[in-house]
Amino acid sequence: MAVKASRVGMEVSIAVSIAVQLARAEAIAAYPITPQTHIVEHLSSLVANGELDAEFITVESEHSAMSCSVGSAAAGARTYTATSSQGLALMHEILFIASAMRLPIVMTVANRALSGPLSIWNDHGDIMAERDIGWIQYFVENGQEAFDHSIMAFKVAEDHRVLLPTIVNLDGFILSHVVEAQEILDQETVDRFLPPLVPYHRLDPDKPVTMGAFAMPELYTEFKLAHEMALTRSFEVIEAVWQEWGDLTGRRYRPVERYRTDGARVLLLIMGSLGEVAEVAVDELRAEGLPVGLLKLRLWRPFPFAALREAMAGADLLIVCDRAVSLGGAAPPVLAEVRSALFPLATRPQVLGYLVGLGGRDVQPGAFKDVVRHAQSESQKGPSQEFYWAGARG
Amino acid sequence: MSKPWDQLTWQEVEIGGVLTEPGTARAYRTGDWRSLHPVWDQRRCIKCGVCWTVCPEAGISELPDGYFDMNDYCKGCGICAKECVTGCISMVPEEM
Repeated sequence: MAVKASRVGMEVSIAVSIAVQLARAEAIAAYPITPQTHIVEHLSSLVANGELDAEFITVESEHSAMSCSVGSAAAGARTYTATSSQGLALMHEILFIASAMRLPIVMTVANRALSGPLSIWNDHGDIMAERDIGWIQYFVENGQEAFDHSIMAFKVAEDHRVLLPTIVNLDGFILSHVVEAQEILDQETVDRFLPPLVPYHRLDPDKPVTMGAFAMPELYTEFKLAHEMALTRSFEVIEAVWQEWGDLTGRRYRPVERYRTDGARVLLLIMGSLGEVAEVAVDELRAEGLPVGLLKLRLWRPFPFAALREAMAGADLLIVCDRAVSLGGAAPPVLAEVRSALFPLATRPQVLGYLVGLGGRDVQPGAFKDVVRHAQSESQKGPSQEFYWAGARG
Repeated sequence: MSKPWDQLTWQEVEIGGVLTEPGTARAYRTGDWRSLHPVWDQRRCIKCGVCWTVCPEAGISELPDGYFDMNDYCKGCGICAKECVTGCISMVPEEM
């Protein structure tokens, strides 16, 4: 199958909005917030210029943006929105409703630290506060991945075996605002890949249904279990859609990406755009003779337990780098998840956690190298802490 | 629905909690909650229908002879008694 694509340099936010245009989104309700703004601004222009046939609904808050998205998805429209940080937090209560109603909304979250102190810069604090909303959640590393996942997300979400809203997480500024060379597919190819949305249920005066009804105590548990099963079983559809995309574009995605893991005794694990920085650190450490590899967690929900266990096999030390804190808790979110995933195994690597890149603090390859050296030293003498605040003064 | 709703398994509940059949609220007799209910004194009732109009829950039905009475969905809020033009409605405690 011939794929027509052009390789162009553009800002990642613009590429995401073009992906949403190519996906033929029909309803977009959004409120601008840094650093998501360029995505929805460009979509607004595309709609205003007649280049995208969609309802662009300007709302007075993110709470309304998500409420509106629930409404348009319930009416059977392919629905998209995007937000960041405080905006995501303001959507909080509606996020659970969107997923419980099994509405295949796709949302980009340009990850940004939560206040306070007020910070517009990147970390994963915003999405980690929404960990349990029951949405499919991906993390992307570069512009091409952001473009690809923004289209694939619709296909997975709308599959009648899935029917779940989906968040594509991309790091604010350090990914959303950079200009990268990206392969932009043509409309015909995307149309072939992504057929029009067929709603499972929809609001229709000729065939009335009730959405958002209450559940008595005798049924609430069964609804939650049905939601959980849908989310865990979406894994198979995600893998099938990634496979199809790989056959189409040559770009293959896995729930846990590996970089130089062959023979690695020490593994770093990270999510998001710092993966490319960590690759440089791994290259440099390998050149020094250290058997280090890198795991990049692409799929956060449903959590890829089997893929993670397989990917870390053979390592003695797994170093989890978190970009969000869990104040007063046992561990930051990714570390807690990874430890839980590995705990039942008879043999497992030692798992140490590091907080890096909070509130936009720059993380360069040297920082990862410091983390690896520190973790090795701690591992040898016995860890002094549950997890470490990398680079924190005092 | 062949199975009683409170025995459904997670595989059997409708996706998204959607109720595919309209009018199912009818089966749920919300009047079971009330602690008071309205009683009409037909000697003073002028059949104006204000009670029927102001009822927020469609809990009042018109009888064939033009008078009004509560139905199974009256929650006993008492708005009808408050608004009745002639004061012919009194709120009476439910009997146990």
